[in-house]
Amino acid sequence: MAERSFAREVELLRLGAGEEFRGEGILAVTKALLQSGVAYVAGYQGAPVSHLMDVLADASDILDELGVRFESSASEATAAATLAASINYPLRGAVTWKSTVGTNVASDALGNLASAGVKGGALIILGEDYGEGSSIMQERTHAFAMKSQLWLLDPRPRLDRIVAAVQQGFELSEASNTPVMLMLRIRACHLHGRFIASDNRRPPFTASDALNAPMRDASRIILPPYTYAQEQEKTRQRWPNAVRFIQERKLNEFIDAPESELGIALQGGLCNGVLRALERLGLADGFGSSRLPLYVLNATYPLVEEEFARFAAGKRAMLIVEEGQPEHIEQAANQFLRRAGLNTQVLGKGPLPMAGEYTGAVLQEGIRAFVEEHAPRLLKPLPVSEQPLLPASQLAPAVPGRPSGLCTGCPERPLFSSLKLLQKEIGPVHVSADIGCHSFASLEPFNLGASILGYGLGSAAASALHDGGGGKRPVSIMGDGGFWHNGLTSGISNAVFNGHDGVTIIVDNGYAAATGGQWVPSSKADAPRRTARLSIADAVRGVGVRWVRSLNTYDMKGALKVLREAMSTREKGPKVIVAQGECQLNRQRRIRPLLNRMRKAGKRVTRKHYGVDADTCTGDHSCIRLSGCPSLTVKANPDPLRRAPVAAVNYDCVGCGVCGEVAHAAVLCPSFYHAELVDNPGLLERFAQRLRRRLIGWMQRRSQRKRSLAW
Amino acid sequence: MDAAAQSTQAVSGVVAAAAAAAPRVFKLAVSALGGQGGGVLTQWLLQAAESSGFIAQSTSVPGVAQRTGATLYYLEFFPRSAAEAAGAEPVLALMPNPGDVDLVVASELMEAGRAIQRGLVTRDRTTLVASTHRVYTIGEKSAMGDGLADSETVMQVARASARRMVALDMEALARANQSVISSVILGALAGSGALPFSAESCEQAIRASGRALNRNLAAFEAGKARAAALAAADAAGKSEPTLAKAEPPDAFDPVPAPENPRARALMERIASEFPGACANMLGIGARRLVDYHNHAYAGRYLDRLRPILNLDSAARHYALLTETARGLALWMSYEDTARVAALKTRGSRFARVGAEAQAQQGQVMRIVDYLAPRVEEICGSLPAWLGAPLLKWKFTRRLLSAFTGGKKIATDRVWGYLLMRAMARTRIWRLSTLRHREEDARIRAWLATLAEVAPGDYELAVELAACQQLVKGYGETFERGLSRYQAIAGALAALRKQRNPAAAARELRAAALADEQGKAFDAALARLCDNPPAENTRNPSGPAQAASG
Repeated sequence: MAERSFAREVELLRLGAGEEFRGEGILAVTKALLQSGVAYVAGYQGAPVSHLMDVLADASDILDELGVRFESSASEATAAATLAASINYPLRGAVTWKSTVGTNVASDALGNLASAGVKGGALIILGEDYGEGSSIMQERTHAFAMKSQLWLLDPRPRLDRIVAAVQQGFELSEASNTPVMLMLRIRACHLHGRFIASDNRRPPFTASDALNAPMRDASRIILPPYTYAQEQEKTRQRWPNAVRFIQERKLNEFIDAPESELGIALQGGLCNGVLRALERLGLADGFGSSRLPLYVLNATYPLVEEEFARFAAGKRAMLIVEEGQPEHIEQAANQFLRRAGLNTQVLGKGPLPMAGEYTGAVLQEGIRAFVEEHAPRLLKPLPVSEQPLLPASQLAPAVPGRPSGLCTGCPERPLFSSLKLLQKEIGPVHVSADIGCHSFASLEPFNLGASILGYGLGSAAASALHDGGGGKRPVSIMGDGGFWHNGLTSGISNAVFNGHDGVTIIVDNGYAAATGGQWVPSSKADAPRRTARLSIADAVRGVGVRWVRSLNTYDMKGALKVLREAMSTREKGPKVIVAQGECQLNRQRRIRPLLNRMRKAGKRVTRKHYGVDADTCTGDHSCIRLSGCPSLTVKANPDPLRRAPVAAVNYDCVGCGVCGEVAHAAVLCPSFYHAELVDNPGLLERFAQRLRRRLIGWMQRRSQRKRSLAW
Repeated sequence: MDAAAQSTQAVSGVVAAAAAAAPRVFKLAVSALGGQGGGVLTQWLLQAAESSGFIAQSTSVPGVAQRTGATLYYLEFFPRSAAEAAGAEPVLALMPNPGDVDLVVASELMEAGRAIQRGLVTRDRTTLVASTHRVYTIGEKSAMGDGLADSETVMQVARASARRMVALDMEALARANQSVISSVILGALAGSGALPFSAESCEQAIRASGRALNRNLAAFEAGKARAAALAAADAAGKSEPTLAKAEPPDAFDPVPAPENPRARALMERIASEFPGACANMLGIGARRLVDYHNHAYAGRYLDRLRPILNLDSAARHYALLTETARGLALWMSYEDTARVAALKTRGSRFARVGAEAQAQQGQVMRIVDYLAPRVEEICGSLPAWLGAPLLKWKFTRRLLSAFTGGKKIATDRVWGYLLMRAMARTRIWRLSTLRHREEDARIRAWLATLAEVAPGDYELAVELAACQQLVKGYGETFERGLSRYQAIAGALAALRKQRNPAAAARELRAAALADEQGKAFDAALARLCDNPPAENTRNPSGPAQAASG
């Protein structure tokens, strides 16, 4: 059960030949897989392909009908290893994850898969998380393709082209016995567009066929002498076959144009951006007809030497539009043209920046610089457009940054507030952070975490920080997602084995929350088709941790006690704290409809709302610095004598109680309160309330009268 | 981005002129916050566009970066008929180009500013539909004083940057209709007349989605009506987008005329002894202190301000007197247990809590207050002869610590209420408490400093008077503020040596509110005094003596 349900959209997966599909890119990829006769699909969630996993999970009926096997893999390595089914059998398989982080995790399996080669088409759909909105380090997938000789498709960001690339990817894979990576940039994944569908195809060969007639080919084993032969095979057969396929099937496009002395070679994924930039420069029309010749690389690896030479022939200069670094394509192009004896000048990084996303503005500036250098006559000055009356630069100090943060009511907030309070008591500690929602603890207002080394690696990243148990202990954070992904072995059992003394906090919120609320093995829900409810504490004990505590993050007093103990206990070995609190986003989605139903059925339901008394709040905002809840905000101070705004809780409050807990645990101030409201109260309750109201109201009116008489 | 945008406006070329007559791609950017329903809005817009004969494309950058952060949705529309006539597919881009957007929607005021910073709003073509409400960022909220961004500047720049601006408080409309802001945004877009398709097709898209239909449609209508009214006024050339006011009121409500003879006497004293320019501030102060304690106490307030008045003059607009009157009223009404308890038990407070929690009339409710008294608070509220030794001795401290820690008191239950009233009643011995003795000494020291400084350096005295605002809060917060105030007061000699002592004091005050750990303050103080910072701050008692001495 993920954050977003695709239950309605998956009906689009049933569209038949000739019908128009209108929907999101990820859904289109799924449809393309079904149209290609895929036999199995696996993957690991992560933006921007989380939705692909969600779509597949919601499409289980359709997958069953077609006989397609789908798995939510334990990790990208698992997903990549799943492709082993295509080594010996003519099974088409597809896997997906977020790149480059997922590709890093998968690369052991991928390298071996690439060496062994495949019989059935093996497609790796990569959500490329580069540029704006990215949550990972900025790297290229291209290098993986080069090192393992996996082919890389980077199609134009149009649904019909992406769908075609899926089909071509399988065919290319089979024609060259090589796994193929299909790279989709983040915006292409979330692109709403259309294409004409064709019928879904049942896989012609199935897992049962394979299991009933197992096949084995010793030459596919990763052991010498076969590995030597496989390397030769890669370069002598698979590579040339791939190049031939790309040429024959015209995967790359040549767009002829009048200004034949110049040209632009570009990654397919950047095609729309380049054409828009050309249009803005007056060098193309709105339908993509350009004045400069274009060579669109929908297959960016392997590159076709002959095609480069053909494109460059007769040109004075060509621009390579290649996002990210190092500039692999540009380097190859130079080599190709040198070998072909061509003098065409190759430019790329220079007019265009070496690093960073190629946004519309960047492309436009780079192409303009290229054209200005080599054919300035093509650019005509236009009258400068109307200038704003006030420059936007005035905004710099006025517009504050808005970083991501933990959601309203998040169970991780009180944990990090507790950790902050712990540091007030025992001084600063080294915090090794991890990937997940808890990464946000490294931002305002918590500012916790010295490093983030990878998913599930929070504990492992503190390995060297071990002083034999004398001084302060390092604290590592790990999410439940990261824990099951690899943290149990890379972090916990490693710590046991090596006698670490540090503290690891495993955030057990019941979901892979950061990627959209997918289930993990320790999820508390009844997951259809999955076995969940595995215990993190049992798993940790199982690998030999002796000091294991669970805590409820919302109980800060209790949490602080556990944290203090973890930092001071004489118990040797790693200390593991399972910090429990259900992801509030998912909890609200779970309980809201439930409570509404109860309310309608006349059952007693209570609701809590937290608040701050504006007349006792003095506007210091310590509470906000310790909690940072989005619903704990500020408003104008009603006191004419005071200037600073007062804290206030807005209507989004879900009543988690953290602000009150923080006020107590940090001994902040007496301004916090909560109001508990009862729907459908019992008779007695209503009677007591009326009685109380009358009595207290009488006392209140009396003292009010006295007060007003004093003025 | 700005440079790129300008340079492209300066140069362009051949095809553009030819293509100018052809139908253009309509470009729409939605600048929003994660969790505001931008995805739903995008779906509605796509549906409306497609049903109106457009080829529609949208993109976004969701994912983890979207959680509560700033995000952008981008849509392009192109008439299907024009594509069919041309026999070709239009090229639609996946991200907005600076200077090339027809319509920008901002679901919050600062996000409008961000869109302008990205160069998406240009005077030649962009309609900006923006909500004027604020969702404060964590940086603004966590400031130790007033850290709110300057909304007025954003409004001015927005008005100056857009071809047309439609500004309305969408959040308020959403709330009034018990709906979500995305419905109001769609309504505002439909009402602004800036979309290439009809308002009916937008409404139809909401209907087709089917969820929370009545509320969403009501919010849609409200947004549409407001935006249409604004657009009409704009066309008539008389619209001035209004800003949802977040700032505290500059002009105070006048103090109501007193009826109690002793209160009247206070007001008469203010009228006869003090300048009219400060009358209202003094009136507010006096009334506060009557409410806080009694008339005699308020009288003492005025007594204390007399010497300050003598140091001030009309020529200086009574800046020192005003600032001192403000600070003195706050300091003399320091938040002790009795005060907090009194405020918490008022009928008006119960009503306010009910309103904030959106309780229905007569709904069964429980109000629970979170109190966390420390030994200091307990001893502070006892008479000084009792409180001081109890606080001093280790074993009594330990004994009293049994009563400290987090307490939850149900103030609207009879026992909870009576307990709070009893605490409020301790004000009868307030003037003899340990806390009062401490605060009184601090107030005296502060006033003495002002009186001593003002004749020689009036500006510095005003700054020192304003430093009272550092002393606020409870517990550790209070101690932190107090110690910083005292450190400034203790640095008086060093301040006076500065070329501009008032500016230096102002700087120190700003530094005191810069960060909680006091890094900025320590550094500022060290620069000033040429002393190691540790000596000047950390220990609250040290400089305190310096200040009172």
